[in-house]
Amino acid sequence: MTTTALGIPRRLLEFTIDGEPVRAPEGSTILDACRAAGTDVPTLCEGDTLRPRNACRVCVVEVEGSRTLVPACSRKAEGGMEVRTGTERVRHSRKIVLELLASSVDLSTTPRVREWIKEYGAEPGRFGADAGRVNEAPRVDNDLYVRDYGKCILCYKCVDACGDQWQNSFAISVAGRGFDARIAVEHDAPLTESACVYCGNCIEVCPTGALSFKSEFDMRAAGTWDEDRQTETTTVCAYCGVGCNLTLHVQDNEIVKVTSPHDNPVTHGNLCIKGRFGYQHVQNRN
Amino acid sequence: MRKRGPRNYTRLTHPLVRDSRDEPFRQASWQEALDRAARGIARNRGKFGMFSCARATNEMNYVAQKFARVVMGTNNVDSCNRTCHAPSVAGLSAAFGSGGGTSSYEEIEHTDVIVMWGSNARFAHPIFFQHVLKGIRNGARMYAVDPRRTSTAEWAESWLGLNVGTDIPMAHAVGREIIHAGLVNEAFVERATSGFEEYKALVEPWTLSLAEKVTGVPAAAIGELAHAYARAERAQLCWTLGITEHHNGTDNVRALINLSLLTGHVGRYGSGLQPLRGQNNVQGGGDMGAIPNRLPGFQDILDAGVRHKFESAWDTVIQPHYGLNLTEMFEAMEEGTLRAVYCIGENPAQSEADSEQAVRRLKALDFLVVQDIFLTRTAELADVVLPATAGWAETEGTTTNSERRVQRVRRAVAPPGEAREDIDIICELAARLGHEWKYADAEAVWNELRSVSPDHYGMTYPRLERHQGIQWPCPSTDELEPPYLHGRLWDPDPARRGRLAPFGLVRHDPPVDLTDERFPIRLTTGRRLDSYNTGVQSGSFASPLRRGEFIELCPEDAERYGVVVGERVQVTSRRGSVVAPVWIDTALRPGLAFMTMHFPDEVDTNSLTIEANCPIAGTAEFKASAIRIDKLPVATIVR
Repeated sequence: MTTTALGIPRRLLEFTIDGEPVRAPEGSTILDACRAAGTDVPTLCEGDTLRPRNACRVCVVEVEGSRTLVPACSRKAEGGMEVRTGTERVRHSRKIVLELLASSVDLSTTPRVREWIKEYGAEPGRFGADAGRVNEAPRVDNDLYVRDYGKCILCYKCVDACGDQWQNSFAISVAGRGFDARIAVEHDAPLTESACVYCGNCIEVCPTGALSFKSEFDMRAAGTWDEDRQTETTTVCAYCGVGCNLTLHVQDNEIVKVTSPHDNPVTHGNLCIKGRFGYQHVQNRN
Repeated sequence: MRKRGPRNYTRLTHPLVRDSRDEPFRQASWQEALDRAARGIARNRGKFGMFSCARATNEMNYVAQKFARVVMGTNNVDSCNRTCHAPSVAGLSAAFGSGGGTSSYEEIEHTDVIVMWGSNARFAHPIFFQHVLKGIRNGARMYAVDPRRTSTAEWAESWLGLNVGTDIPMAHAVGREIIHAGLVNEAFVERATSGFEEYKALVEPWTLSLAEKVTGVPAAAIGELAHAYARAERAQLCWTLGITEHHNGTDNVRALINLSLLTGHVGRYGSGLQPLRGQNNVQGGGDMGAIPNRLPGFQDILDAGVRHKFESAWDTVIQPHYGLNLTEMFEAMEEGTLRAVYCIGENPAQSEADSEQAVRRLKALDFLVVQDIFLTRTAELADVVLPATAGWAETEGTTTNSERRVQRVRRAVAPPGEAREDIDIICELAARLGHEWKYADAEAVWNELRSVSPDHYGMTYPRLERHQGIQWPCPSTDELEPPYLHGRLWDPDPARRGRLAPFGLVRHDPPVDLTDERFPIRLTTGRRLDSYNTGVQSGSFASPLRRGEFIELCPEDAERYGVVVGERVQVTSRRGSVVAPVWIDTALRPGLAFMTMHFPDEVDTNSLTIEANCPIAGTAEFKASAIRIDKLPVATIVR
């Protein structure tokens, strides 16, 4: 008897990435194949637990025969495809995307973005000092997490995680049009008057730190947040019997943030309010 | 709405002792505290009971039950699984010989019909419910059977809002309808079960119309559930404490299991029975033998061969009879035959039904040693308090979840002050009582357990790490078993099919605490999303959802009693009385009220509940008390 249902065997597709022959299982995206081949492709709106949204366009690559650039995160690989990840056209497009994002959004807490700005020679400052920004103060309306719209790239990952893909609470959506578009709860109310259940699964997928633990937000404000001094230990939640895996981020023997492994069979990266935020009791030390 | 700050229990950092219960505690050295604990336990040999912890690791539970059996020579070891899912374990093992849920979470994403019976998983098991939601989005139809129209029921195809304590009539009516509609899986019943004819006769009186009278659910809705469940290619039947926390909890579980036997919805991928466990390691505690009738690996104490194996492994004599369960230990305290208790990480002074009685019994003990991370209400009654580590964040080990998955727990933070790991403390006490146990680490304990439990033998720490947890049974270090149990029932070879699964011949027995003119309202209890049990763990984070304890009523009842949201009222049962503010919830209906046990320091809900126990599993009827509501002479409204 087999352990798990293996499903129908998948064919391997043969195609090329930057001229090198690669093989990827049917159903893989170009991004999956690039990662397997060790080719670095920048991503922001892509989420390993979410369906592609194609919002940020930073992962675009060139496919022979395609009129437009294609998003690597959602385009399925096909046999015989010729994919190019480093052409002038690709690099130019990524540069513009990064410039537009970085000139309008605070990307200071977005992992790896500084590296990409350098790599693609992006100059976010070239639109001038008066380039439009959200210019909103972070919203601190509860003790668990903070919404900082100045850091939001409108990637929709939080909306998907809160909505039909995982949490099914539907507490947030996009409100407004154009530059006034924001992620908001109904009637743009404070979180405490919304349908939010504080699972924090939106924080788990946020790529820029627009959504963050209040503990992280406060420590950053105080200048004490230091990821180099943090350890990450995966253990099992102490609440109900479901057995969610928690990764405890610990700095100076204090739990400062809780995440969950995205490939965990129990959680797929999701937690509830108790698992995500209910750790304080262990550190009521005096 | 009332704003409430976190209520902080502060971690214990030093051992506490006192000479008599009238004195305050004083700090003591570990040496002194352990010596006192050892003396107190030793002088009560033969009158000793161990409360192990359903929240600590498997390794700790293994050592705790070994302490009871080897050092103290008793099988009196149990934990708070008694107050929640012991009936599930008893019912499942009576039917299938094994006390675990038969399915895995992943299977519910690939099933056709999901029945959530007495379970508000959306609140109590939110991440399990995400798997249910995946199933629903994949096309499964979900049915919610619950007196309250809960957030779980909001996702249901149909909500069957039965009267509290009428689960057996409902199940029997579903069974009868399946039989009369010709939807019985005859091949499965013929080959894998026993007692079908008796079951058929038993359920025959439970027509849909009689069931409608007793349960309050329209006959058509019951019929629809029966047809949906029986016609499904795959179906999952899930339950929680709405089934088990009754005076006949085990019978309720058997009544549900019968439906799976009738339809063959067990032992196949996607078809099974899933009791959702309430504590992080309530499954593992039982698996480790921290229950009075089983040795580690869920092996029966009455089996001489099993006893012999453990006797030679531990160099001891195992008592050839079952010990007392938690409920019976409390009764033995009353009779004076149990005089000393070693309580690890439990808070029975607040978690037991009829809490005043529980406190009185604990106070009457000759000696009580409590090992915990906080000075709980139970610890306040102790002679010696030993500061321990938080299992999930401060120790290494494993816990076992509701789908029987053993997963690694790891130390992420250092414990405060002089707090020590549970296993160290137990071993220190064992040494003082003449048993030198040497465990280098948690893995050494685990490997000892593996050597005596075939179901766990294949789970080495490196394998647990590699697979992100492994489900039992796992007898081989090379292979993994299927994610569901009891595939044997489908085997064509009768020898490999093994013991047939008997239908449970159980009868309807209404709740013990009857409603009448004096106590007209049915009070049921449950959990809220952001809180947990007696609130010791969950009380100290700043949850925006927390609003404290309320007596929740339906709008009609609020109007009838002339009370408004926030108004404090007197809530009285035949056992006790509390004052609580009113909350109005449209999920309730006339004559049904709801409370939780999350804020016992504020409103001691368990002084209302009845200690009417399941005779098989010992679980009390937390889900059904009769109460009345009286306005206070001077109306006070809290906001």
